[in-house]
Amino acid sequence: MDDVQPILELSGVNKSFGSVHVLHDVDFRVYPGKVTALIGDNGAGKSTLVKSIVGIYGIDSGTVSFDGQPAHIAGPKDAAALGIEVVYQDLALCENLDIVQNLFLGRERLRRGLLDEGSMEQAARETLASLSVRTVKSVRQSVSSLSGGQRQTVAIAKAVLWNSRVVLLDEPTAALGVAQTKQVLELVRNLADKGLGVVLISHNMNDVLQVADRVCAMYLGRIAADVEVTKETRREFLVELITSGRSGGVGIASEGVTI
Amino acid sequence: MSDSHDVSQAASDFSLDSKQVTSIGSSWEAYVNRVKSGDLGALPSLLAIFLLVTLFSVFTDNFLSLRNAQNFLEQAAPIAVIAMAVSFVLLLGEIDLAAGYTAGVCAAVLVLQLRDGWGLGAAIALSALVAIILGLFTGVLVAKLGIPSFIVTLSNFLIFQGILLLLVKEGGTVRLENETISNLIGANMSVGMSWAFAIVGVLAISAVMIRRLQTSHGTVSASATYLKVGVLSVLILSATWVLNIDRTPPKGTKTLEGIPIAVPAVVIILVILTFLLTRTRFGRHLYAVGGNAEAARRAGIRVDRIRLIAFTLCALMSAVGGAFIASAVDSVSAKSGGNDTLLLAVGAAVIGGTSLFGGKGRMLNAVLGALVLALIPNGLPLVGKKVIFGTTVDFSDSGIKFIISGMFLLLAASVDAISRKRAA
Repeated sequence: MDDVQPILELSGVNKSFGSVHVLHDVDFRVYPGKVTALIGDNGAGKSTLVKSIVGIYGIDSGTVSFDGQPAHIAGPKDAAALGIEVVYQDLALCENLDIVQNLFLGRERLRRGLLDEGSMEQAARETLASLSVRTVKSVRQSVSSLSGGQRQTVAIAKAVLWNSRVVLLDEPTAALGVAQTKQVLELVRNLADKGLGVVLISHNMNDVLQVADRVCAMYLGRIAADVEVTKETRREFLVELITSGRSGGVGIASEGVTI
Repeated sequence: MSDSHDVSQAASDFSLDSKQVTSIGSSWEAYVNRVKSGDLGALPSLLAIFLLVTLFSVFTDNFLSLRNAQNFLEQAAPIAVIAMAVSFVLLLGEIDLAAGYTAGVCAAVLVLQLRDGWGLGAAIALSALVAIILGLFTGVLVAKLGIPSFIVTLSNFLIFQGILLLLVKEGGTVRLENETISNLIGANMSVGMSWAFAIVGVLAISAVMIRRLQTSHGTVSASATYLKVGVLSVLILSATWVLNIDRTPPKGTKTLEGIPIAVPAVVIILVILTFLLTRTRFGRHLYAVGGNAEAARRAGIRVDRIRLIAFTLCALMSAVGGAFIASAVDSVSAKSGGNDTLLLAVGAAVIGGTSLFGGKGRMLNAVLGALVLALIPNGLPLVGKKVIFGTTVDFSDSGIKFIISGMFLLLAASVDAISRKRAA
């Protein structure tokens, strides 16, 4: 791991809302080609961290660097310009539009001032094929006719269509059945294998153990652990990190002190 | 559930089940599936047109007369144009209750300026400017201040009605003194022009449908496309042939033949607006905002700007509808654009299949719906008095007309609601 430079690196990030200190000296790294799982209980600060990364919240202190260069991300547009995309839980798809229309929404390709359907359709096919998505019958299917897993797939494809380098996925499997979860996890793995830095926010430890290369556990606004996932990593270990911020020799010893 | 079952299901979901639609049969099957899943498209309005035409042909002697065909098309034209106007805001899930009086005010401006000796171009420009101002006024209140469009346009309904009254004076009527506008409704194209229009239409439809077939990568059936092109061509050419028959009344002084000018006028508007909705970035964004405004906002679309433009376009197209209304009676009064103008327009769009919840609908729907709603007042008076179960019913009574129009609207709304439930 040491020989790979993180693509996105946050160090010593603090964020408060009024008197509530939500993020404490958070160090967080995303590596290209790796799936980094971000786990933690409700209120641990996962969402705040994600929103700080894409600039929805400004950080109070700490540094953010992208590709080894200091980066100032003032909002989602800056994040998108760097190649950081977030797929939120509610997906934000227009059900009345088809897959191509959704993938290119807001960034339609034009030719002589008119929508260039042919080129967008082609690019949509290529993107879905590059993600090994073969579940949809036609890229001209309307999103309302898609299953939950297919919608998640479209939302993820939408995020990676723009040569993104880092993709943050907020609970992508939360609403899915077994087979669909399997598909989406395969897709998550595919993204990393294509060299993207993937952040998987999840409550599901099985998902995490299945696809993540590294795990960052948050506990009360701190990073309790930042470990690699190996064959020996146990579900109980992760659950303990989430619920008490420590497990065995790893985690926060007492309030504010990391071992 | 066994593990192997999950695996096989995953495998089948991943398999490339790209179904090629090649025969009419499979294309019909795909269409039936689409209807079953709640996407009815133009089906209800086509069925309604078929039903009404059949009923009126059976129960009247003169519904299928040549002159009534012209009447009918000319009655449908203003409804169709205003229905297309309100479609812009209906697609956003909004409403414009003042579209009728917007048409009235803009028609009054047009007619008054023409009376005062302005040139046609200048009068149209001022009328359009007034429409844009009215539309922007509504749009700003809805998009920027966030007042529900129902309330804003309900207020505008009163305000614009007041403006119209002030313009034409109570009880007054302003004559339309311009031949071009007057010819919109009432005049016909020459027989030669009619054939030229029909042939251009047939060629354009064939070109568009065959192009769609070629770029569809096998998802559109070739035989179904040729069938549709064939049926539409026969329909258009035979309708042209019928309308080109001399229909001058026995003691008429002016020869009546050819396609009414209202038809190409509506068709040209339909083509332009359909192009705007389906081929431009604005059209795409309009559907997106109507479907899921939050998703559109996150995709970087300026939602309030789309709303503002939609209300402005609605007012502008209403002004065009106003010119049709003025042309129909060659004058503008305090009632122009009032009465049931707006209700018929919204009704036409809904009967055609445009959803009041936004995101679903086409300009063609508005025109088909307008044909349905124009058929009712056209055909009913011709039915006249009929004895039903021992009681005499006078079908030329306005009461009957309103009740039947209302029932068709309710039917259309129910079809929309049921298809939504199925889709959900």
